[in-house]
Amino acid sequence: MASPVMVNGVYPPVEYNEEVVRKFMIAAMFWAVIAFTVGVYLALELSWPEFNLGYSFTNFGRLRPVHTSAAIFAFGGSVLFGTAMHVVQRTCRARLFGGRVLADFIFWGYQFFIVMAALSYVMGFSKSREYAEPEWHIDLWLTLVWVLFAVVFVGTLMKRREPHIYVANWFYLAFILTVAMLHIVNNLAVPVSFYGSKSYSLFSGVQDAMIQWWYGHNAVGFFLTAGFLGMMYYFIPKAADRPIYSYRLSIVHFWSLIFLYIWAGPHHLLYTSLPDWTQTLGTAFSVMLWMPSWGGMINGLMTLSGAWDKLRTNPGLRFSVTAVGFYGMATFEGPVMSIASVNSLSHYTDWGIGHVHSGSLGWVAFISFGAMYYLIPVLWKRPEMYSVKLIAWHYWIATLGIVLYITSMWVAGIMEGLMWRAYDSYGFLQYSFVESVIAAHPFFVIRMGGGVCFLTGALMMAFNMFMTIRGPKPASISMPHGYALAGE
Amino acid sequence: MTDQIERDPITGTETTGHEWDGIKELNTPLPKWWLYTWLACIAWAAVWCFLYPSIPYGPSYWHGILGHTNRADVDREVHAVAVQRSAVMDKIGTMSFADIRADKGLAEAANTAGRITFANNCQPCHGAGGAGAIGYPALATGAWIWGGKLEDIQQTLIHGIRSGDPEARDSQMPRFGIDGVLKPEEIQHVADFVMTYYGTPRKDATPAELAAGAEIFANNCAACHGDKGQGGREFGAPRLASEVHLGGHTRQDVINQINNPHMGVMPYWNTRLDAATIKSLALYVHDLGGGE
Repeated sequence: MASPVMVNGVYPPVEYNEEVVRKFMIAAMFWAVIAFTVGVYLALELSWPEFNLGYSFTNFGRLRPVHTSAAIFAFGGSVLFGTAMHVVQRTCRARLFGGRVLADFIFWGYQFFIVMAALSYVMGFSKSREYAEPEWHIDLWLTLVWVLFAVVFVGTLMKRREPHIYVANWFYLAFILTVAMLHIVNNLAVPVSFYGSKSYSLFSGVQDAMIQWWYGHNAVGFFLTAGFLGMMYYFIPKAADRPIYSYRLSIVHFWSLIFLYIWAGPHHLLYTSLPDWTQTLGTAFSVMLWMPSWGGMINGLMTLSGAWDKLRTNPGLRFSVTAVGFYGMATFEGPVMSIASVNSLSHYTDWGIGHVHSGSLGWVAFISFGAMYYLIPVLWKRPEMYSVKLIAWHYWIATLGIVLYITSMWVAGIMEGLMWRAYDSYGFLQYSFVESVIAAHPFFVIRMGGGVCFLTGALMMAFNMFMTIRGPKPASISMPHGYALAGE
Repeated sequence: MTDQIERDPITGTETTGHEWDGIKELNTPLPKWWLYTWLACIAWAAVWCFLYPSIPYGPSYWHGILGHTNRADVDREVHAVAVQRSAVMDKIGTMSFADIRADKGLAEAANTAGRITFANNCQPCHGAGGAGAIGYPALATGAWIWGGKLEDIQQTLIHGIRSGDPEARDSQMPRFGIDGVLKPEEIQHVADFVMTYYGTPRKDATPAELAAGAEIFANNCAACHGDKGQGGREFGAPRLASEVHLGGHTRQDVINQINNPHMGVMPYWNTRLDAATIKSLALYVHDLGGGE
């Protein structure tokens, strides 16, 4: 551990690396717009397949991973990298370990990974593993970038000037370490040729499926949950200017979440050739996971006690708090859907799509928007966002979009599940698959409307961000309470 | 930074004394309802694992006291449906088409079975209601290629067309163009002639060209497609003097087909559907509008 030298009983001021955080915020905004645009286009294709346009690269099958990767890894990843680097510096009172060059290499290396992955998808390359589609050479590149990110993060923790490690950093660290493990194991593959991109998984059959869903489930658990909980633990108390509700709860729910999440993957493979005992354990761990997930929600919401009035005046905080609400909803819905009898109705239907989007739009995107609305003025040294009113508009139109999205998918999903299992009096299926698609069509169109709302909100945010950065920088500004300017 | 425990004025709870970048933490105990709900979930999970197959050990695993297995569940459900179906399907399987039609209850059951079987298995190619598409025969129009009687349809369903089944319907249209049987200009002429059967002749085709086409047709095509383009079912040669065109409606489609014929494959269904279901399906297809 590098020990900083005290001068007259106090540490000298720290000059934080905010440059890399600013870059990640701009990248996050850019990828958010891309991800939501592709999402809306895919919703259009699902509603009217003519919009596949007959080109290979506009085909649903190729654009779908572009959407999921852009949303999770490009948008979500950029917010996570950026906020992790910001939070770890501030809460450790230490400049980012590794210097500016390493930080910039991580930024550009990660963006390069995203572009390579997206291009490979539209050109038809894919490992066909959900959320892990890039081929082996792109995976190797990401591994390098990721390990360097871990080095920078842990290095900064090591040279901290605080006696304890703040809870947000526990979550960020869990996210970094576990995703590294998941990424490496799930992508173990044998390339067909050193000069070609095609590879075959090291695993086969049901083991391969189990490894994939161990990865897929924990990509949700550690990328989309743990990382974003880290964000919540910093930005909600900051924006609300209130202490964290319960330190004890944060310890208990952190360790229980980390321990239980990793075993719940089999609930993605209920009623498959996965052994029965594995399926039962997947359900058992999922149900036990409910309260540990809610621990984070309680800590996020209860931190606002005494500061609820701020929701009226701070629409950015409104995003964060609504995000915690959606987090609670999705982490209740998940264990319910993992119970075999519910899963037999919900699996393979659009209910799953609705569930995923209540998590990704409601939780991941909203907590990111909240963090970004707080962080952008701080990073660019502006008193506030260009238009607070526009944040409020963004909030309402995005919330409307989510409501349209998830309610339409619930209705469509339950309807599909019921239609697929309906038998007539002779013992024949009552409905054909095509009939269920026709019945779901209006809901596909409503879902697209929800997506358009969400995208519109993101465009408002991009405009707001652009105007804030372009706007004049005042000579002296008062930062939010408790917030030290760089160098102080 | 030294630890300094304070009392939060709003909640009255003490802080832990830690502070990071202005963020403090309250020392609030775990919410009781949260803790008890969690313990209840753990208890539920333990009971669940006791009842059902769960903990692995060595080469085996705890089988659960209920003796549950997914495979047994599936077998039971499939068997239950099979029993339910057999009430009518056993009769349909042994009766003649005419007898099934005469029995109102059985005819309705056959129609139900045929409708859903068609929708899930046939509709992707043959279209809703058997409307057909380019390359996929229309079933509702009477433009039968291999025959439209109930027995013909049943035969096609069981063994398929060019399916690899030993009793499959099989035929091949010669590759008149790429094998050099006809010269390119001869193909142009005969296509012009075929377009007169289609009812959309090329406007500027001269009588001499059409006469040449007619002669080529008579010498090369009529043997299978009939001397008036009426088709030849024993060869699976589609009727040309019709508004239903298997390979496409344009002159270019006709030229392509003569040059390098496309011949579709219909799978055999006898390994996927039982005899009574195929019979019901034949009745359903026959009733789509083209049955003979």
